[in-house]
Amino acid sequence: MRPFYPFSAIVGQDEMKLALLVAATDPTIGGVLVFGDRGTGKSTAVRALAALLPQMKTVVGCRYHCDPGANGAMCAECHERAEQGRLKTQLVPVPVVDLPLGATEDRVVGALDLERALSQGVKAFEPGLLARANRGFLYIDECNLLEDHLVDLLLDVAASGENVVEREGLSVRHPARFVLIGTGNPEEGELRPQLLDRFGLSVEVKTPSDLEMRVEVVKRRDLFERDPTGFMQTWETADGELRRKMVHAKNRLSAVEIPDAARKRAAQLCMSLGTDGLRGELTLIRAARALAALDRKARVDDTHLRRVASLALRHRLRRDPLDETGSTIRVERATAELFGP
Amino acid sequence: MTRVAAIAGLEHDDAALAACLLAVDPSGLGGASVRSANGPAVAAFLKRLQSLLPAGAPFRRVPPYIADGRLLGGLDLAATLQAGRPVLERGLLADADGGCAVLPMAERLPLAMVARLCSVIDGKEVVVERDGFACRNASRIAFIALDEGTSDDERPPGALLDRLAIHLNLGAAHDGDDRDVPFDVEQIASARAGLPQVTADVERVRAVCYAAAAIGIASVRAPMFAMRVACVHAALSRRNCVEDEDAIVATRLVLAPRATVLPPPADRSPEQSSDQDRDQKPDSRAADSPDLQSADDQSTAVSHGELEDIVLEATRAAIPAHVLAQLQSRGASCRSTTETGRAGAQSQSARRGRPVGTRRGELKAGARLNIVETLRSAAPWQGLRRQQSGNGRVHVRRDDFRITRFKHRSVSATIFVVDASGSAAFHRLAEAKGAVELLLADCYVRRDQVALIAFRGNSADLILPPTRSLARAKRSLSALPGGGGTPVAAALDAAGILAIGLRRKGLAPTIVLLTDGRANVARDGKAGREQAEVDALASARRLRAAGIAALVVDISPRPHQAAGRLADDMGARYLPLPNADAKILSRAVQTIAPLENNAAR
Repeated sequence: MRPFYPFSAIVGQDEMKLALLVAATDPTIGGVLVFGDRGTGKSTAVRALAALLPQMKTVVGCRYHCDPGANGAMCAECHERAEQGRLKTQLVPVPVVDLPLGATEDRVVGALDLERALSQGVKAFEPGLLARANRGFLYIDECNLLEDHLVDLLLDVAASGENVVEREGLSVRHPARFVLIGTGNPEEGELRPQLLDRFGLSVEVKTPSDLEMRVEVVKRRDLFERDPTGFMQTWETADGELRRKMVHAKNRLSAVEIPDAARKRAAQLCMSLGTDGLRGELTLIRAARALAALDRKARVDDTHLRRVASLALRHRLRRDPLDETGSTIRVERATAELFGP
Repeated sequence: MTRVAAIAGLEHDDAALAACLLAVDPSGLGGASVRSANGPAVAAFLKRLQSLLPAGAPFRRVPPYIADGRLLGGLDLAATLQAGRPVLERGLLADADGGCAVLPMAERLPLAMVARLCSVIDGKEVVVERDGFACRNASRIAFIALDEGTSDDERPPGALLDRLAIHLNLGAAHDGDDRDVPFDVEQIASARAGLPQVTADVERVRAVCYAAAAIGIASVRAPMFAMRVACVHAALSRRNCVEDEDAIVATRLVLAPRATVLPPPADRSPEQSSDQDRDQKPDSRAADSPDLQSADDQSTAVSHGELEDIVLEATRAAIPAHVLAQLQSRGASCRSTTETGRAGAQSQSARRGRPVGTRRGELKAGARLNIVETLRSAAPWQGLRRQQSGNGRVHVRRDDFRITRFKHRSVSATIFVVDASGSAAFHRLAEAKGAVELLLADCYVRRDQVALIAFRGNSADLILPPTRSLARAKRSLSALPGGGGTPVAAALDAAGILAIGLRRKGLAPTIVLLTDGRANVARDGKAGREQAEVDALASARRLRAAGIAALVVDISPRPHQAAGRLADDMGARYLPLPNADAKILSRAVQTIAPLENNAAR
């Protein structure tokens, strides 16, 4: 495996790291969109997250990494296997699948198996990237440059959690639940609002303006490039601590209590900001719950809501082109009004 | 300071030095961008670089419109059919592993291709997910982007530039052939071996970071590359730790060409600046009152030591003349033109859009073979062909190839032509700007492109080249000044040229003219209402002849017949808008915008 830059070794960018951890703790939040300048460690953080995630249990031999515990969400093959009563399981790393911009549609959704079609004349399905990303992460770098028909396709699958392939004489359906992580640079074109809204959290990253911080970034990167294995070992303890925290949070997630007061607060915040639809509130609550779980708290309180408010809401505000105020500031203002300074 | 002057003032042949540095560590430095007209200087640079690389290292040229299959790798169809099993074609990027890839005409690279290159530079490998294949190939390459742009706007996309360590500017006249190479092949080979041992102390890292911040470089990649270059230079000079000289070479080659603001003069402490965000108020930054990136820099700037001064001074001395001139004339506003990508220039190809059936066709670049239909059309002939050839394989001939057809919605481009003259500015410029911004938001939802031409005084200027970036459009709009004459003819001519150019690229242009219609500057730039109106109407008729959809919005408080006549002659819809109601305006634009052009290909 290629050495990864350790997650804990990333200097600054606390908001991005928080967003990634929260989204990884509760996949139903719906992923993270990271927008910002070049050279701010967006891609580094996402790839580091891959190495940080705890392993997951899957059915041996399943091409979609089906969860042996989830009866409803298994592929047809696993259903058959389960009925015959032989579900062998194994631990595998959580998949983090790159969707390269040049990927063709057949590689994304899956297609006819060329080898068998050409050599044996057999019609067989070869799973694509969406199958590989099931139960894991789908990472799109420069997602604002992705072609529109691929975006439509991704949105459809992400919403339904199922990939339906009807092409080249094939008719296949398989589970495809994944967390979308997109990055992009707003200078190069913006994202369609429909896609924007599908991301659970959004982060705006900026270059660290503090000199010492920048020095530290350069220093650590240099150390990593000189001796990747040694560098990873240095940070293994910190990464391990984070991993344990995340495992704990994932297990405790459903036990975290959400008081009615917190739900009310979330609704008030969304109303005062005028966000469209209910997705903002849902995400806000879920993100706050994941954060509480990460903090090893038993219930969600105002501090959790406050810390994730910008993440969950800033990309859902109606855009008013005449208003120069950034969305982040608008969310912060509304939060301060509601929760007090 | 004398030492600095001595080092920075030396007439180094930077191109030769850069070639040596790249030869030591091709993939660690990512590569170089070389700005120059195509000529002997570039050829000499490439030849020299190739001669310095290890023997047998690949040196490839990447054509700008290379097909994905050739670039990244994919199914080799001819071989596949011959062999009867899928044969993978290695892409050019995998082939160039360990060497160099030259990107000619980098300023015209399509953005989608830039994204592919960037992911290869970041990951040092090619990830192929195409045509039923999934594989990874190592691809440690130095990319040499040949930037043949002539104006400041013509530059390679920022995402690519950011990932190339060295930015060179070779003059057109100078050819470096007769100059000595500072290091020979053996020295370079031993530097390659010695590079892992070279270390840099934190003081020098700090000095480089300080210099980067002082000249307004936002990306952290720049100081990283500078340190890498410093280490390579130290290795070449047979040193095990980075000295001042190495750091200075690095800042000259890496940092100075990336400058976006002038650094503060070294002999006095940096001026106090207000803690504004660069992104939000780029105009407040005048060229002669340089300030640092933010208030945080100010606090650290106080404590900087001698080394920081030396490095910064060297950087300052090394800022290339053309960058310096740009900074002095335009302040930080050059950032918007140099760093933005060309999201506007997206061409269409035969593989975009939704598939709508198949047709018989040739396997030209970009065409997508529909395997099932191809096999189906080959099926009836199998018995016959097997008899002829005597073997039992599936026989597919060229006649059987079926190509997937795609339907592609052609992107529309709205060209706003805004009257910023005195008469209009007095009443309505601010409101017109607001209306345009609302329309921009609308265009952005529909993924359309927008461009903005402003006319005032005696000329019309393209303020915003076609783009999809709302942020960029807003920035250029807010900086729009008002006042002066009304050169309607010049504005319509400029809009017409732009529209025809866009149409040639496959977009559907629409012109939205916001004016009071009272032209008073003729096409030749002379004042005079009579001639100006004649010229304006002539230009309007020319637009009509070109068949460009248009809308004339009369923004004068009392609608006047001048604008109406203009609209008639343009064949445009006329919309008097005494109250700047952006909603009405937006609706009007939508009605004239060409409906979805479904050009089946």
